[in-house]
Amino acid sequence: MNIGILLKEGPYNHQASDTAYKFAEAAIKKGHKVDAVFLYNDGVTNVTKHMDPPQDDRDIAKRWNELGEKHGVEVLACIAASKRRGISDDVIIEKGEITGLGTLTDIAIRNDRLVTFGD
Amino acid sequence: MEDVKKIMHVMRRAPHGSIYTYEGLEMILIMAAYEQDLSVAFIGDGVYALKEDQDTAGIGIKGFAKTFKALDMYDVEKLYVDRESLEERGLTEDDLLVDVEVLTSEEIGKLMNEQDVVVPH
Amino acid sequence: MLHTINKSPFESSTLETCIRFLQPGDPVLFIEDGVYAVQAGNRFAGLLENTMKDNPVYALQPDLAARGITAVTGGVKNIDYESFVELVEEHQVNSWL
Repeated sequence: MNIGILLKEGPYNHQASDTAYKFAEAAIKKGHKVDAVFLYNDGVTNVTKHMDPPQDDRDIAKRWNELGEKHGVEVLACIAASKRRGISDDVIIEKGEITGLGTLTDIAIRNDRLVTFGD
Repeated sequence: MEDVKKIMHVMRRAPHGSIYTYEGLEMILIMAAYEQDLSVAFIGDGVYALKEDQDTAGIGIKGFAKTFKALDMYDVEKLYVDRESLEERGLTEDDLLVDVEVLTSEEIGKLMNEQDVVVPH
Repeated sequence: MLHTINKSPFESSTLETCIRFLQPGDPVLFIEDGVYAVQAGNRFAGLLENTMKDNPVYALQPDLAARGITAVTGGVKNIDYESFVELVEEHQVNSWL
């Protein structure tokens, strides 16, 4: 099954990002294709590469990057939401990409499921 | 077209106090260009987004109530409002700035169940 | 349609709102702070028991464990992320954020 994920909340402040990640991990493990994680609202701050959490904590941006690297999951931040929050290509992780809401529409159309996480 | 999906946006937050309603509206306007079967349901505090007489000049935030009025120009015509949410807030259809269908939660629940995608805002 | 709820019912009316829109057979899954709804003996136990006449109710076990919830209202099924994915295989998803 092909699954898209919509993540509407920033990292650390709320558990949404962690639940989305755990869900994606479990879906991939079960043999599903996680097509894309689309970041919206404050969710766009999930992919800022300058995140530097304490060593004993999870690195949320790095985790999304690895998901992109290892499993071909597209990690996409909405351009309108990003611009509003000062997120640009210069500050995001290697596997992250800034794109329009049209891409989210395509994700909603081409996948069997769109699962949303947020506050 | 075989690939038309039924996509329902669910508005459950009050406007202005957070950005969810406004960015939700932005998403709806873009999706409207893709000729899918779009609908918007207003539930709970989401009904406040449609309240007449909103004036945001004093809070320094751009208002967007008028954009809801423009939705039918984008062919987004299925606007459903939950009757109980309206009533418990002391509102009636006359307090709303656009034409909507006021439905019971049972009726909206049935429509939800027909969707391919539900996007909460 | 799978309905997920992530808010504590003590802080938010999401649970009560969601229940009004459920269709018979729709599963409900509590995640994140939503799992406080299923703690045994709380004031939502009766509401959940009533809901379970027509709708299966699940709670995400890792979220229960994280919050020290060891006893849940009878009939609520505790599931892991893998079973969450299985519910998504069977149903479209409506997240009540």
